[in-house]
Amino acid sequence: MKPKQCNGKVLSNIKILDNIYEMKLTGDFQGNPGQFYMLRSWDKEPFLSRPLSICNIEGNLLTFLYEVKGKGTDIFSKLREGNVLNLLGPLGTGFPLNNEGKIGVVAGGIGIAPMIYLCKSLKNDIDFYGGFREKPFYMDTIGKNVNKLYISTDSGKEGYNGFITDIFNPEEYSVVYTCGPMPMMSKVKNICEEKNVPLYISMEKRMACGVGACLGCSIKTTSGIRRVCKDGPVFRGEEIIFHD
Amino acid sequence: MTSVEMFGIKFKNPVITASGTFTRDYEDFFPLSKLGGICTKGLTLNEKEGNSGVRIHETTGGLLNSIGLQNPGVDRYISKELPHMEKYDTVIIANVGGSTMEEYVRTVEKLNNTNIHIIELNISCPNVKEGGMAFGIKSDIAFKVVSEVKKVCKKPLIVKLSPNAENILDMAYKCCEAGADGLSLVNTFSGMAIDIKNRKPVFDNTIAGLSGPCIKPIALRMVYEVSRIVNVPIIGIGGIVDYKDALEYIMAGALAVQVGSGNFMKPDICLDIINGIEEFMEKENIKSLEEIRGIARRY
Repeated sequence: MKPKQCNGKVLSNIKILDNIYEMKLTGDFQGNPGQFYMLRSWDKEPFLSRPLSICNIEGNLLTFLYEVKGKGTDIFSKLREGNVLNLLGPLGTGFPLNNEGKIGVVAGGIGIAPMIYLCKSLKNDIDFYGGFREKPFYMDTIGKNVNKLYISTDSGKEGYNGFITDIFNPEEYSVVYTCGPMPMMSKVKNICEEKNVPLYISMEKRMACGVGACLGCSIKTTSGIRRVCKDGPVFRGEEIIFHD
Repeated sequence: MTSVEMFGIKFKNPVITASGTFTRDYEDFFPLSKLGGICTKGLTLNEKEGNSGVRIHETTGGLLNSIGLQNPGVDRYISKELPHMEKYDTVIIANVGGSTMEEYVRTVEKLNNTNIHIIELNISCPNVKEGGMAFGIKSDIAFKVVSEVKKVCKKPLIVKLSPNAENILDMAYKCCEAGADGLSLVNTFSGMAIDIKNRKPVFDNTIAGLSGPCIKPIALRMVYEVSRIVNVPIIGIGGIVDYKDALEYIMAGALAVQVGSGNFMKPDICLDIINGIEEFMEKENIKSLEEIRGIARRY
């Protein structure tokens, strides 16, 4: 599916928790789980567009789940119903959906965003592991599409008190997908390698163009230098080199 | 109407994509044959992995980059990428980087036997340690490298100048004396950013290259000044994001322009710029860009 430029009209943009927002746009959208869009709701400043991964597509409705981290996402958080954004996408290489058997999904914090669309799109049985700092969010939506839901919080306010990787065991899964903070994904990779379970990792890196041209998001992998925006963001686990 | 000519090569329009900012990944968004020209990523003799750590950092009105000339090496570019680029009905400019005199010469020799139209010598990349930059700062060193390259180069040779040169006018003059057929200016400005939480520079290399609208007034001034003292075609570069920016460079004396970071704002920004120039010319009853080239130099 070829990426294109299009407009999206804000239907809703609500604060879910602290710095986490959910924005729903109407328009003509396409995309696979793990792919992303470059977005801007401004003219020339900030200079660059912002990459957000697809959280859900349903009919003419596109959902993003995002964390306010800087200038761009702060502007997004102030958008209201009827505001229009310029979008570029869908971009990148997403998750493969053709695996047989039971699947494990491990996500941390805002890394759950692409996993929502992934869980909805997979026909397999899924166990979902979500790790959060303070409080979990969006778990009702996730719960609808998965078998079992494992939750951990650093705060101990809900679920297991500690890291999600403490309670993750990949032995019964034919494949595992992960997205979240680097230390978490690095641990997931080690656990999966130990048990010989195939893994797919969704990476994050600062981007300028989003289409593969600027080489700003290049990473060193076991298969050479790859672009997170075009060759990824989803890579096979064995390709990724974490620097712990 | 918008066409321009340099070295006997016809450009449909004066809009060229700048080195390192444009690949055929953009063909998803518009027909690349609409472009005046395409400049390749900086090619070096051997493959380069580029720099580690953060490579992109947004600033007010632009961005800092520290890519470090990541490229597959000139041989692989010629065998794997160039055949695709040749499909487009546009002028292809090969940008050549390097860190030694010999590397520049050998890379250019390899490009001599290809269908590349023009060679742009990058003596000004700020992001490669041990060299590159020195060629772009000292005009005597630039004179030597341009002279050596010119001896072997069978294509028209453009030298891309660094705004970090000790004296941009002296640099421009010496490059022309050494045999440059044209000049393109400017490359990125040396800059840096500091991560205040970690209390250290954002980039592993500390210094990075600043581009975008924030550099335009300075780059424009340099094009204006250089175009008054040299007689070769000039390509204006620096912060062009709309047709008005492009026309300013042309009125300052540039024959053509390159659009770099602007491509990151909007993938078909070059098309908007080309159309904008055409509309402006129609409205202002300008038959050829020659009528307005360097027109601001009267003042």
